[in-house]
Amino acid sequence: MQISKSLRKVILWELGIPVALLIIGIYHGLMQTIFRAGVLHESAFAKLDYYQGLTLHGVINALVLTTFFAVAFGHATMAFFLKREPSKKMAWTSFTLMVTGTLLAAWAMLTGKASVLYTFYPPLKAHPFFYLGAALLIVGSWIPLFDWARLYTAWKKENPETKTPLAVLGTLVNFIIWFVCTLAVAYEVLVLLLPWSLGWKATVNVSLSRTLFWFFGHALVYFWLLPAYIMFYVMLPKLAGGKLYSDLAGRIALFLFLLFSVPVGVHHQFSEPNITGGVKFFQTLLTFGVSIPSFITAFTLAASLEYAGRQRGSKGLFGWIGKLPYLDPDNFLFAYFIAGLILFIFGGLTGIVNASYSLNSVVHNTAWLPGHFHMTVAGPVFLAIIGMSIYLYARLSGKKIFMPRIVTIVPYLWMIGVLIFSTGLMWGGLIGEPRRTNLGMTYLNPKSTLFHPEWVPTTTLALLGGIIMFIAGMLFIIAFFGTVLGKKTQTGQLELPESESYLEERRIPVFDSFRPWLVAMAVIILIAYIPAIANVLKYAGPKAPPYTIDNPTPVQTSVRK
Amino acid sequence: MPILASSEKKILVVTASLIALFVFSILYAKDKYKSDVPACLPFDKSYQTPRINKLDDKTYQVFAVAQMWNFQPAEIYIPVGSEVDFFLTSKDVVHGFDISEKNVNMMAIYGGITKSTVKFDKPGVYNITCHEYCGSGHQNMQAQVIVNYPPIK
Repeated sequence: MQISKSLRKVILWELGIPVALLIIGIYHGLMQTIFRAGVLHESAFAKLDYYQGLTLHGVINALVLTTFFAVAFGHATMAFFLKREPSKKMAWTSFTLMVTGTLLAAWAMLTGKASVLYTFYPPLKAHPFFYLGAALLIVGSWIPLFDWARLYTAWKKENPETKTPLAVLGTLVNFIIWFVCTLAVAYEVLVLLLPWSLGWKATVNVSLSRTLFWFFGHALVYFWLLPAYIMFYVMLPKLAGGKLYSDLAGRIALFLFLLFSVPVGVHHQFSEPNITGGVKFFQTLLTFGVSIPSFITAFTLAASLEYAGRQRGSKGLFGWIGKLPYLDPDNFLFAYFIAGLILFIFGGLTGIVNASYSLNSVVHNTAWLPGHFHMTVAGPVFLAIIGMSIYLYARLSGKKIFMPRIVTIVPYLWMIGVLIFSTGLMWGGLIGEPRRTNLGMTYLNPKSTLFHPEWVPTTTLALLGGIIMFIAGMLFIIAFFGTVLGKKTQTGQLELPESESYLEERRIPVFDSFRPWLVAMAVIILIAYIPAIANVLKYAGPKAPPYTIDNPTPVQTSVRK
Repeated sequence: MPILASSEKKILVVTASLIALFVFSILYAKDKYKSDVPACLPFDKSYQTPRINKLDDKTYQVFAVAQMWNFQPAEIYIPVGSEVDFFLTSKDVVHGFDISEKNVNMMAIYGGITKSTVKFDKPGVYNITCHEYCGSGHQNMQAQVIVNYPPIK
C-alpha cells in the first residue's frame, strides 16, 4: 500500500539511526570479548574505557535500537493492518524526543561521564544528561501508543464484529506493557536520580531505586521480544509457505504477556537484601506463568512450520524440517526468523534456570547471565529487528537489497557466533567467572596475583564467538547502508507478509477486547508489587550519597541530609 | 468447533506438568538441602563493622563489608567442617559477593543486610569475587575464605 511521504520518512529514519549506532554498539561488544579473554591487560583501548564501552554496548543495543525499532515497526503495523495513518504531528514529536534523548545520553557516555552501565544502579552517579536522555527516549516512545489507540478505537467502531488483526493486537499489547513498566523507571529517573545527580538531593534509597528499575527491567525484555513474536505469528508461516496453525493461540499468548510481563521483576533481585523470601518465591511462580505464552508460541510455530514443510512435499515425521526455505535470498526474512528461533530454544530454557528461585544462586551475576540473554535479546530479538529493518527499508524506499546472498547468510553466521559465545560464557559462569568485569586486567592476566587460569578456555571460546558475531554484524551493516545508498528502482510501498490461519476460528469476544485483560493486569501487578515495595520501605536502612566511578569517597553536595 | 484443538490441549497439559515439576523441585530442594535465597534482615549499624565471630569450634559468623574496592575481612580463616553465616552489607556502591564452588551469591547494598549460610567440608582456598560493577577498580575486588589451608598437622 501507499503511505504518505511523512510517515515513510519517519519510519526510515527510525530504522536507520539505530543501525548506524550499532557500529559503536557492536564494536564494543567485540572489544569486551577481547578484554575479557586477556588479550588486552589495559583499562582502555583507543581511549575508550572497558566499562564505558560496556555502557555504550548495553544502552545502544538494548535500549536505543530496540525502542526506535519498536516505534517504527508499530507505525508500520498500524498503518498496514488498519489502513489508517498515525498522526504526522505526533509521529514527529515522538521522533524528535527520542533523538534528543539519545544525543544527550550519547554525549554523556562518549565523554566518559556516564560509565554506569545500562542498569545505572545508584549510588554510582552519572551526568544528569544521561538520566535526562534516557527519560526523553522513553517519553518519546510513549507518544505513539496514544495515537495508535485512537486509530484502533476508530477502526473498532467501524468493524465491531471483525477480529482485530493479530499484529495490531500485538503492537498495542506491547506498548501498553511498555507504558506501564516505564512509569516506574520514569519515576526512578525523574524523581529519585535526576535531582540527586544534580546535587539537589543528598541521598537516594538504593533498594527502592533497584526495585523500581526491575519493575521496568524485566518487562523491558518483553518489549524487545513482542515485535519479534508479532513477526513469528503473522509473517513466518506465510514466508515458510504455510499457514499459522492457530490465530487464537497468538491472541492468548499476547494477552498472557500483558498479565505476566511486569509482575516478575523481583526475580532479578533474588540475591539482594530488603525483599523477603516469600515475595521472591511468589514472583518465581509468576515468572513460570510468563513462560506459558512462550511454550504456546513454541508449539504453534512448530506446528505452522510442519504444515509448511508438508505443503512443500515433505515425508515422514521430521521430514518437514529439511523442506523449509532456509537459503532463499528472495525470502531472506525466513532465515532471520528461523535462526533466531533456534537460539531462543536455548535462551528460553536457560531463562527458566535463572527464574528458579534458589537455583539462581548458582548463576547470579556470573558470565552465565550474558550467555543466557545473548540467546534471547541477541537471538530472536536482534535477528528479527535487523532482518525486518532491512526488509522494511528496502520496500519503503523502493530500493534493492544490497548483497542479497550475504544478507541471507548473515543470520546463520550470527547464530553460530552466538552459540559459541554463549557456550563460553555459560561454562565460565558455572565456574565462577563474573559478568561485567574487565577480566583482562587481573583475572585473565598471568602477571596478576589474581590470575584464574581456569577461565582461559571459557573466555577464549567467548572471544571466538564474539569475532564471528562481529563479522556477521558488520556484514549486515554494510548490506544495510549499501541498500540505503542504492538507487531507487521502484515506487516505495508498505508491504508486510500476512499469514492465514490454519484452524478455522470464530471471533471470541474476550480474546478481542482489552478491558478485562487490563483490569487483570492491574490486579496482578498490585498483588505482586505492593508487598515488594512495602518490604523495601520497611527493611531498607540509610539512604546513600552519590559516588563517582573512580573514587571511594562520596561526592560532596551542598545539601544537608 | 471447540476453542482448542486436541493437540493444543495436550501441549497445555505437558506445559502445566513441566512447570509443576519445576516448582516441586524448588520446594523439594528448599526442604531437603536447605537451598534458599539469601535471607533479608532489618538494617542495623553494627553490620557495618567487619569481623569474624566464633560461636563454637564448628560455627562461625562472618560480618562482611564490601567497599570500593575490597572486602573486609579480606582473609577468613576457618577450620574444615565449619558452618558459616555470612552477613553482608556495602559501605558505598552496589557490590557482589560470590564464593567459588559454593552457592553463596549475594548482593551488597548500602542500607541493606543479607545473609547466607554455608558449610565448608573440604579444605582449600575459596575465592570471594565481586561480580557487580562497582567502578574503575571492580576487577581487583576479591577476598578469600581459607579452610585449614595449608593443612595443619
